[in-house]
Amino acid sequence: MSLISKRKDSVAVVGVGTTKWGSMPEHDATSLGIWALREAAEDAGIRLQDIDGLICQRLTDYQKFVQVTNITPKLVTATPSAGRMTGATIQMAVQAILSGIVDTVAVVYGNDGRSAGAKYGGKGESYGTGSDQMWFPYGMTSPGAVHSMLFQRHAHLYNSTVEQLGAVSLAFRKHAQLNPKAVMQKPLTMEDYLASRYICEPLRLLDYCLINDGGVAMILTAGDRAKDFKQRPVHVKGIAQVSRLAQGELPDDFGYAAMQRVSKTVHEMAEVSREDVDALMIYDNFTPIVLFALEGFGYAPRGEGGAFVQSGALELGGRYPTNTNGGHLSESYMQGWNLQVEAVRQLRGDLGARQVPGAEIVQYLQGGPVCTSIIYGTEAV
Amino acid sequence: MKPYAKPLPPITAKSLPFWQATHEHKLLLPRCDHCKTFHTYFEPWCSHCGHEGVHWAPLSGRGRIWSNCRFHKHYFAGFDGPYNVAMVELEEGPRIMTNIVGTPNGTLDEMPIGMAVEAVFEEVNDTVTLVKFKPVSSA
Repeated sequence: MSLISKRKDSVAVVGVGTTKWGSMPEHDATSLGIWALREAAEDAGIRLQDIDGLICQRLTDYQKFVQVTNITPKLVTATPSAGRMTGATIQMAVQAILSGIVDTVAVVYGNDGRSAGAKYGGKGESYGTGSDQMWFPYGMTSPGAVHSMLFQRHAHLYNSTVEQLGAVSLAFRKHAQLNPKAVMQKPLTMEDYLASRYICEPLRLLDYCLINDGGVAMILTAGDRAKDFKQRPVHVKGIAQVSRLAQGELPDDFGYAAMQRVSKTVHEMAEVSREDVDALMIYDNFTPIVLFALEGFGYAPRGEGGAFVQSGALELGGRYPTNTNGGHLSESYMQGWNLQVEAVRQLRGDLGARQVPGAEIVQYLQGGPVCTSIIYGTEAV
Repeated sequence: MKPYAKPLPPITAKSLPFWQATHEHKLLLPRCDHCKTFHTYFEPWCSHCGHEGVHWAPLSGRGRIWSNCRFHKHYFAGFDGPYNVAMVELEEGPRIMTNIVGTPNGTLDEMPIGMAVEAVFEEVNDTVTLVKFKPVSSA
């Protein structure tokens, strides 16, 4: 006998779909996910019933999901709601396909956070182990405050400045202006950035991502089947994770060690180096994490992420155009999922004004506690 | 005087020794019997060396500011205006969240990273006493 009988050796993304972003109180997270999956199936040129694996993220009602879509999955599961699980969720889909137990997997994300009043802070917020004992009585809460403290630490060690954070915000806003779907389109200046109100000092409103309702779906299949779908396939060349949960004490290295390990693994898998990468997608719930990711994944020397951003490297026309859709800061906070869609569309080559010319390799960087990276490419090998 | 509206810790069987100690103006944290590492979670297993056997042990209450921030947006009731939160690295190694008190305005420039601080105990009610920190007086 063999538990793995039809093992595959490559995986491709063959469909992506999104809802609108904004306030959509008429939808819950599950129906936003269904909407997105219907778009993705249309994009891939398949029927929903052709999907044989389903992994839901954030939307927890897989029961309603399967009922309404009338699919008959051979694999169904739902991963925890936090944005940190995005790369990990895609990793599960990839592994399921490689094992041969399923051919075509939908990963579906639905987020009704804006209509549901998600605050990412306060009672019930689970960021920080034991936070109700050791954080809340002092008023400590929220991933934003954690990034504020980590940035203070970074500034202390490396002399990083808030103007460098502003440069992240401005760069992604410029990209958003080329994306009709982006929630924030208004041009930004450094004066605007510095005048925006503090949320958790030293971080300001414009250091924070945009909470919205929305859904995203991706359809992945085995590489040898990918040519049968409507779109030009985008191959998953490498995907890796290292999780390091720093309890309630905050990581003392900005996640650097975990990112270094993920970086090494993902580049070895993909057999491409940073030199080969044409564009980056960086999980940007708050501006400081962009600096940490650039340093952790080796795009900038340690402590010099801010100067790297100020050099213009992340802007269209720069060496590593990043978050060309505007990212979470200016398109919408879809917790990594809209960044996957943007990576796929860059590699399909049909993004018009914000297309990175000739893009063949795009790398997704997710710092933070469940550190992950994905390298997408136009070719399987 | 307004009733205290800030969040109170849920005192559980596992956290009771911590809060009993602060009530007596002492700072205790779980320490591994084997490698002597202090922890800020209340479980019997050491994450550092894997030993089973972690018991409450006293700390000096002295430390340095490891990082800080200042909340302008409020997520909890009971806070008036901006307030600081700091993470203090205790001289025995562990880091805990706290508020810095005893500076003129409570602003971040008054509590730089690296500043020496010491514990002060702020009684909230009959069962809860919070551990806050103030700058070590230069005198």
